[in-house]
Amino acid sequence: MSPEQAAAAGGPAVEVRGLHVSLDGTPILTGVDLTIAAGEWVTVIGPNGAGKSTLLRAIGGLLPAPEAITLFGTPSAALRRRDRARVVATVAQSPIVPPGMSVLDYVLLGRTPYIPPLGRESAADVDAVHEVLHRLDLVGFHRRELATLSGGERQRVFLARALAQGATLLLLDEPTSALDIGHQQEVLELVDQLRRESGLTVLATMHDLSLAGEYADRMVMLADGRVVASGTPHEVLTEHLLATHYRASIRVVPGAHGPLVVPVRPRPTP
Amino acid sequence: MTTTPPPSRRAGLRFGTRPAGRPSEPRPAELQSRSRPAGLRKRWLVAGAVAVLVALVAGVSLGPVSLPPGSVAAELLNLIPGVHLDSGLSEREAAIVTELRLPRVVLGLLVGGLLALAGGCYQGVFRNPLADPYLLGVAAGAGLAVTAVIALGGAGREGSISGLPLTIPLAAFAGSLLAVTMTYVLGGAGGRSRSPAMLILAGVAVSAFLSAGQTYLLQRHADSIQPVYSWLLGRLATAGWHDVLLVLPYAALTTVVVLLHRRELDVLAVGDDEARSLGLHPQRTRYLLIAAASLGTAAAVSATGLIGFVGIIVPHTVRLLAGSSYRVILPLSLLFGGAFLALTDVVARTAAAPAEVPIGVVTALLGGPFFVLVLRTARRVLT
Repeated sequence: MSPEQAAAAGGPAVEVRGLHVSLDGTPILTGVDLTIAAGEWVTVIGPNGAGKSTLLRAIGGLLPAPEAITLFGTPSAALRRRDRARVVATVAQSPIVPPGMSVLDYVLLGRTPYIPPLGRESAADVDAVHEVLHRLDLVGFHRRELATLSGGERQRVFLARALAQGATLLLLDEPTSALDIGHQQEVLELVDQLRRESGLTVLATMHDLSLAGEYADRMVMLADGRVVASGTPHEVLTEHLLATHYRASIRVVPGAHGPLVVPVRPRPTP
Repeated sequence: MTTTPPPSRRAGLRFGTRPAGRPSEPRPAELQSRSRPAGLRKRWLVAGAVAVLVALVAGVSLGPVSLPPGSVAAELLNLIPGVHLDSGLSEREAAIVTELRLPRVVLGLLVGGLLALAGGCYQGVFRNPLADPYLLGVAAGAGLAVTAVIALGGAGREGSISGLPLTIPLAAFAGSLLAVTMTYVLGGAGGRSRSPAMLILAGVAVSAFLSAGQTYLLQRHADSIQPVYSWLLGRLATAGWHDVLLVLPYAALTTVVVLLHRRELDVLAVGDDEARSLGLHPQRTRYLLIAAASLGTAAAVSATGLIGFVGIIVPHTVRLLAGSSYRVILPLSLLFGGAFLALTDVVARTAAAPAEVPIGVVTALLGGPFFVLVLRTARRVLT
């Protein structure tokens, strides 16, 4: 079944059942269950070392995770790499910026799953890339060297590469961690706009909880390799849950688009 | 994350010529100012071909008996079936061209092209600007293996190694694979914490280790010192068509495999995770390309001994001038590497005429300072 068919049939974009991942003998994820509907934006939160990035890597096909993961109705393990790359696109937390590579060439790498092995890109691939550059307002940049762009511009280029893959599931690992607050909002608004226009499904990890809650339909909190809470931002961003799992001293105040999490300095012990 | 020095000049060079009036359907104004993706521009390909031809004619013309380049060009064209030009050369001079100098120049072109191609390929698979057949220890591995074959195989008594056509390249290949594996494992090249400097340090250690083995072998088999040393320092002088035929199949295989993967190398440049999520098998590609580059290095080393620095000088110069995509670097390294070595050979045999300076000495003299230059530009990558 193709992703489009699965989406039309109302099937989930991602289904994770009892995912266990160990790296070098250390258990990172211990029995994670997660379902993401097509078109949904789900953000995974959790303290450092909770396994957020590992979960994204597993869903993106970067880790061996047989059977546990189903993408648009097809077991991930049954997908060939190239086919999976047409369904899932990942933007890593800090992607390598190759010296000397232009924006156009970088975004063109996103067409790799459509280019025959040992072959070269077709005119259609170049056209697809120009469409994406146009959509992301990057046309003026396409000849610039990627390494010379600012953080916000680079993040748009990384997104463009992922969109050029033509995948309907977008995995974003800390998409805003390298950006100032204005660019954080700009990038997340852009992702949300693209999601609505193209029916993308978004799975992100984020550390900024207020920002995460404003954009996500649903949130999943990971701690020690397990899902400890899941639901709407209102259900997950509670003072009790955050204090328990982050060991943080915070206040949650209501905001127009979701709860706002405010750090409060712990009262000094007498 | 890595960055590069001034982009302005490169950008101008890379995108200087855009297709004018390319026929296309109507599209928004912004899209019409499109430029093509990185690829080999025709003028660079022509420049490479011209460099090879110049090296060919210069290499054949210059020597103890200088021949007029025009006559040499005519004599070379006569080798093409169906062409009959009057070159004005005597029979003896024609023989110098076809039997003495031409094989030497062709071997120089092949070996130089292979070393530069292998260097560019290693730089791509290891994502390391300093990778080179010599710094990785690959050449030392091939050198040790060939020394072992000469010393233990008794070829030294004949004073020539041309008596062992098949075993030498195969032994060199085995030695180079062993060396690159040692460097790769020692440098933690497969690990997540791999660092470019570690890989080169490992290569230096492996080189020293294998060279020590070679010295030991030579001490034990003193009668093979003379043939081994004349081979080690670059043996283009005695090259004949026999040597060309010996290298040709390996050169062809290496060239085809590496050039076919030039786009994959561009994808590998963004990292293994990205390459994997774009549908490639980075590790599989890496092993295949390491094997191919090592085969090329082994063929080059077994034909002409140790000629250093070609694998680092040529790809870096190409990268600076023509663009950083491996689709540009690899084919141009092949052409300019060949031309570079053939011309260096001209210098080697005319600088101190009638004596010949070993070609490995000339490339090392050029390569040492150049290496410092590369280190300066690559400093940020290494720290």
